[in-house]
Amino acid sequence: MFILDIVSSVLLIAGVFFGLSGAIGLFKLPDFFTRVHAASVTDSIAAILIIFGLLLQTPFDLNTAKLLFILTFLMITSPTSSHALAKSARHGGLLTLSEEKEKQQEQTH
Amino acid sequence: MGEFIDLVLLAMLALTALRIIFLKDLFAVVMLFGIYSFLSALIFVNLDAVDVAFTEASVGAGISTVLMLGTLALTGRKEKENTHSSILPLLVVCITGAALIYGTLDMPPFGHPDNPVHEHVAPRYIEQSPKEIGLPNMVTSVLASYRGFDTLGETVVVFAAAIGVLALLGIRRKEDEEAPESGLKSHHVLHVVAKIIIPLTILFALYVQFHGDFGPGGGFQAGVIAAAAFILYTLVFGLSKAMAVVGPKFLKLMASFGVLLYASVGLYSMYKGGQFLDYNKLAVDPVAGQHYGIIIIELGVGITVFAAMLSIFYAFSSQAERSNIQ
Repeated sequence: MFILDIVSSVLLIAGVFFGLSGAIGLFKLPDFFTRVHAASVTDSIAAILIIFGLLLQTPFDLNTAKLLFILTFLMITSPTSSHALAKSARHGGLLTLSEEKEKQQEQTH
Repeated sequence: MGEFIDLVLLAMLALTALRIIFLKDLFAVVMLFGIYSFLSALIFVNLDAVDVAFTEASVGAGISTVLMLGTLALTGRKEKENTHSSILPLLVVCITGAALIYGTLDMPPFGHPDNPVHEHVAPRYIEQSPKEIGLPNMVTSVLASYRGFDTLGETVVVFAAAIGVLALLGIRRKEDEEAPESGLKSHHVLHVVAKIIIPLTILFALYVQFHGDFGPGGGFQAGVIAAAAFILYTLVFGLSKAMAVVGPKFLKLMASFGVLLYASVGLYSMYKGGQFLDYNKLAVDPVAGQHYGIIIIELGVGITVFAAMLSIFYAFSSQAERSNIQ
């Protein structure tokens, strides 16, 4: 059980690290698409690591099954929501940073 | 530790509220309202009030955010410039706030076992409800049986809200397929994922509906979750397709059917010789009667909430589509 505790705390700490880095990225990154990327890190890898860490803390009962269900649900929905966000931003005509730069150069020339 | 978490959550709640006051972009304000509801749901979880937290998360953060976004689609996302002087309102707010804070000085200490709230009816519910009703989830016993009349009133309020919105906006059914091409129409990933998610959501709603006697949940949450599944369908596949699945007329019938189902349980218990909503008379064994009564009225609540929420959403989004075309 001791080994399981260590593995689970490593997973939890890694999850917290990725969650934090996602949050920092959300503030620091320059434009919408890079921010979506940062937010999706929190959504995907942080959530997965934290849930795996919690899984190892359960005595493999009903709670384990519930956590697995939550994990499956998150793995389906959170990439989809990031994808939908980015795609509707494209649909609304938002450009990435490099495209923006190209456009400005074309205008100045 | 629990108090520390409470403090952090309350601080975040206050920050969110302040941000809501000062922001001019209404879209961001709606999102912040959702965050506000999630934070209060977390506080409720920390206070061990999971039923309330569940309701707050599904109704406050889920459906009301969607409905407010629907309103924004009709009204526009910028707040109007305020031309009035703000000194008088500020004065009123300060005086009211000071009075409220002065009032809290008389409040009993937080979490003390001798507080009035723990001495009035709560001990009776905790001691008698396992014998009288026999449900593991005491919240459902109180909500659906001891306070059955209150809950009937709440259901009628939801029904009345739906009537109000429909009377003001109305649902316009389009005959022709000239809806504007929304960005989601040609969105294969969303289509596939929505097809996976929607049945699971409805299944979960049914679980919440009928498992409400044993765990957190019940008619209000279940109705909102089922409505959310159909709202997702509307958003991804378009309004006219959703109306082909569940039509607005059918929803009106369902909304009134739920309230009628609830009230008729009360009338039936009167017919059996009891008082209004006296479930003991529904079966020979009073405890079994309580179980029947609670299941049926929770079903009525669920149906009404589902139909009311979905028809309010239909009303908003059909108006928004119409104003897009014009």
